[in-house]
Amino acid sequence: MSQEVISNVICTVCGCSCDHLQVTIDNDKIVKVKNACAMSSGKMLGYRNERTTQPMMKKGTTLKPTTYERAIDVTAKTIIKSSSPLFYGWSLTSNEAIAIGVDLAEETGGFFDNTTSTCHGPTILGVHEIGESSCTLGEIRHRADLVIYWGSNPVHAHPLHMSRYTVMSKGRFRKSRSDRKLIVVDVRKTDTAKLADVFIQLEPNNDYELMVALRAAVRGDEIEQETVAGVSIDKIEELAEMLINCEFGALFFGLGLTMSAGKSKNIEAALSLVTELNSKTKFVIMPMRGHFNVNGANNVTTWLTGYPYAVDFTQGFPRYNPGETSAVDLLARGECDSALIVASDPISNFPYQAAKHLTSIPLITIDPHITPTTMCSNIILPSAHVGIETTGSTYRMDGVVLETRKLVDPPKGVKTDVEILSALLKRVKSLTR
Amino acid sequence: MKKIQVTLLSGRSLSQGREKEQGKLSESYFKSVACCEINGEDIKEIGLDYGENVRISTKYGTVVVKTTAPKQTLERGIIFVPYGLWVAQVSGSETDGTGMPSYKGISSTLESAKKEKVLTVDQLIKKSFSRKKSKKL
Amino acid sequence: MEKEISIINAIVFDPLNNIEGEKLDVHIRNGKIVESVGRKARKINASGKTMMPGGVDIHSHIAGSKVNTGRLLRPEDHRKDVEIKTKHTHSGVGYSIPSTRTTGYRYAKMGYTTVFEPATPPLKTRHTHEELDSTPIIDKGCFPLLGNNWFIMEYLRDGRLDECAAFVAWMLKATKGYAIKIVDPGGVEVWGWGKFIKRLDDPIPNFDVTPREIVRGLCKVNKMLNLPHIIHVHTNNLGSPGNYQTTIETMDAVRDLADGKRPIIHITHVQFTGFSGSSWVNLGSGAPEIADYVNDHNHVSVDLGQVIFGDTTTMTADGPFQYFLHQLSGNKWVNLDVEAETGSGIVPFQYKRTNYVNAIQWGIGLELALLVKDPWRVFMTTDHPNGGPFTSYPKVIAWLMSKKAREKMISRINRTARRRLDLPNIDREYTLGEIATITRAAPAKSLTLMNKGHLGLGADADIAIYDLDPSKVDLENKPSTIRKAFKETLYTIKNGKIVSKQGQIAGNSYGNTFYTESQVSKNLEADLMKDIQSRFKDYYTIEFENYPISDGFLRNPAKINCKADV
Ligand code: SF4
Ligand SMILES: [Zn+2]
Repeated sequence: MSQEVISNVICTVCGCSCDHLQVTIDNDKIVKVKNACAMSSGKMLGYRNERTTQPMMKKGTTLKPTTYERAIDVTAKTIIKSSSPLFYGWSLTSNEAIAIGVDLAEETGGFFDNTTSTCHGPTILGVHEIGESSCTLGEIRHRADLVIYWGSNPVHAHPLHMSRYTVMSKGRFRKSRSDRKLIVVDVRKTDTAKLADVFIQLEPNNDYELMVALRAAVRGDEIEQETVAGVSIDKIEELAEMLINCEFGALFFGLGLTMSAGKSKNIEAALSLVTELNSKTKFVIMPMRGHFNVNGANNVTTWLTGYPYAVDFTQGFPRYNPGETSAVDLLARGECDSALIVASDPISNFPYQAAKHLTSIPLITIDPHITPTTMCSNIILPSAHVGIETTGSTYRMDGVVLETRKLVDPPKGVKTDVEILSALLKRVKSLTR
Repeated sequence: MKKIQVTLLSGRSLSQGREKEQGKLSESYFKSVACCEINGEDIKEIGLDYGENVRISTKYGTVVVKTTAPKQTLERGIIFVPYGLWVAQVSGSETDGTGMPSYKGISSTLESAKKEKVLTVDQLIKKSFSRKKSKKL
Repeated sequence: MEKEISIINAIVFDPLNNIEGEKLDVHIRNGKIVESVGRKARKINASGKTMMPGGVDIHSHIAGSKVNTGRLLRPEDHRKDVEIKTKHTHSGVGYSIPSTRTTGYRYAKMGYTTVFEPATPPLKTRHTHEELDSTPIIDKGCFPLLGNNWFIMEYLRDGRLDECAAFVAWMLKATKGYAIKIVDPGGVEVWGWGKFIKRLDDPIPNFDVTPREIVRGLCKVNKMLNLPHIIHVHTNNLGSPGNYQTTIETMDAVRDLADGKRPIIHITHVQFTGFSGSSWVNLGSGAPEIADYVNDHNHVSVDLGQVIFGDTTTMTADGPFQYFLHQLSGNKWVNLDVEAETGSGIVPFQYKRTNYVNAIQWGIGLELALLVKDPWRVFMTTDHPNGGPFTSYPKVIAWLMSKKAREKMISRINRTARRRLDLPNIDREYTLGEIATITRAAPAKSLTLMNKGHLGLGADADIAIYDLDPSKVDLENKPSTIRKAFKETLYTIKNGKIVSKQGQIAGNSYGNTFYTESQVSKNLEADLMKDIQSRFKDYYTIEFENYPISDGFLRNPAKINCKADV
């Protein structure tokens, strides 16, 4: 059997959406990946591990094999019967699947939330208040002479970000690393920090204070204290000078900022800082989105409902109130009475109390892999990997949309998210209309 | 036995990111997330060596994980546990009206758990979510 | 649903076929207007009702990255205007940036059946199409932003017009775009550095080409490719006092390229570039001067960008203007620059009657509409949502048709503005036929949508029937009747199917997306491919092969073929 080499393959792991991978396929299996980072090759070569391959349904306390048809039928009846089903996940699947998911939640009067609520939800709340000065990643590659990573560790979480888009990339107006300054702000000296020209180490949970002080320094306001967040005022003022004096600055931030105390206040402070810097120079800001299509989940949900996540359809129209209508809050309050999880593992990721409620209601999971969530589910619907075993469009962290390809067949008999969700929506409609 | 107060940080790590793609039941994933990076002084203080188990307790719960030397620099008083099922057991559900639970900077107590085992995925699910018994598929 | 429909005794306004208020029957079969139908055809008695071709909106921001970011920016905009799910329709939200389904329904209810999204960053046009595909009922299309594109600026700088034309043809094909859009030519590239340009002859740093050269170059390219629309231009200096001169200079920059047959440049939302005066204090209306120019030169068409008092969300590809508006208003601000191509900005905004500048702006749009004599070269828009949401069209129609309606508003606007505007002295009132021209026939003609904007045999059966009997009501004295009639049709028919009846949407059908393919010679195309590929990686962060939108991506693509001269 001859090998086939496919170029320009789009990676479906993190929000960088690198699209220059070269994949070798032998006998309908990926055997080699070039140009990818460790996370990406981990997925590309490991996608066949620990797969769900057979629809399963719980009988008594044991999961028994079943058919898609039967599992979908029972799922449809379960969510129809629920007064407020939760539809959660969506950041590791295609825009097409997400759109069907929104319609399903609307049709059944449930809650539609994606993983944003536990990663960059505060970022979105910040944007509601302040807006954002942003751009596509290529603008940064071409123009930025100063790059900040704040509470973000791309060396680990977005391994090719720096080489493709920022300090190590070659742009039209910035040719190399020496044309750019790298500043890292973090609570610890991460591997990214080790590469920085300037590293600012701050005390945990003091991002807000530091951000506000920095903004004051940018404005030229006097700061009373000698240190803020463990950082000396001299250092803060020096940093402010650097920001003002660059030609094009870019601030990337990660969960270190969204998750530490203050949450959306931190983001508001960051967004305001960058907005303000635009009166002195050109400055942009961008969240480092994690899952490859979490941005797509936000976008699709927004054009269909007006809101990016945590949408409540229980009253027949989209309502939005993160903190109330978001998954962790709903579950912690014990509100939802069934849940459909798509391409996500909340049992591993949600705080115990929220996860606990998930396991006390009918739990249905659509996922390519066996995970703690599938292990706790009443129904498991195996699905194909988007970008490997099926096509689908996805959003890069900066909103550039790409069409991923199908490289190999899914395991025998396994359906795609789009197929499963459309069958489910059809079944729900036929039962209710 | 000596207990110390620390701040718990959680986040992605390269190995967690990589091993997650290998499958969440894999030994390598287990190793990459059921662990706790801790400063050399701190570990001495609770009387452990790297590789021995530690109990992390917060107001939300308690879990036993294995200690490891920090892969990136880590100050005293801070521990790092990668995202995953283990750290979730000690994370809180309050979101302060943001939808986002607290994963960073949770105050925790650390004590030796030399004699205890780190629970595997199966065991941990059974213990925490016992209404449904996990079954191998 | 019925394949055949007969509409009986309608009062028809079909300007392209010179029909003005005649009582006629119109027959429909398989989505087209035909001579006659069988006896079993469904009959709609339209006696005493006004019938027009379905509305064609040439410029309305309904889909894509900036629209969606606008939605995301403004939960407060949606909360006050929700649509509840029904058996036949999806739920959604308004107000100034409605969700996709709501956008389609609301246009259909008003009798609009074709809408063009006039500003899509090429690199993000997949997103635009995803939203257009999610917008029910109406036909649509989008205009890629090409006025700050690096390849284009370089081809024009180097005088390589043929390659430039071939590149534009490739772009339209790659993005499934319809026409050339130019926004603040060169100015958005300069904004990439946070800087501004002011004049048509200012060279763009690093590219050594001027806005004038960009406009002229693309105007020539448009002709070489025989594209169905003309260059669609948002000029430099938008939103600055005195910019009416830039508007006239821009129109005049291509005067010598005219061939007399039809306009060769469309200046969009000309209200925003119709300011006279030198500051906000002495701001005035440049509408009379612009209208004079338009009246004297038939190579130009314009649309209004009419301002509606109230709350809206401004969004344009004009990054520097949006920043300026943010500074002016203090409102929240989004900026989204796009590598090697363009940018955009978003700022919520409230137009206030009592605000001097806003009142002048309101007057400029109406003055333009009333002073431009030829209704075939002035189209009604609010530049949705920049001047106001498209759902305000009935108000604009009432102002145009009724001096009384205008006077009522004039009496309520800022006093100084009232004194400085010519509007109070303008008596003209649009006829229903002229309204039909500026809202459907003329835009359809400008887009060369041969089967749209009229009701002749073979036309698409896209029809609006309004509850309005011009023989019974004295329209100029009854603006509220006008508003009410145009707010909601009795029937909207799309492709021969009733899609909306008295405001009730019949269901979720999805229209076509028009795009243009202009074929250049094989040799030129081959040379171009080589040239693009040699530089593509240097300009973009995605691979050349991943750039074009694949053929199966659009729900209902409708290709317009044209033959290039090169
Ligand atoms: S950086 Fe992200 S998108 Fe790029 S190859 Fe690695 S995992 Fe994939
Ligand atoms: Zn516009």
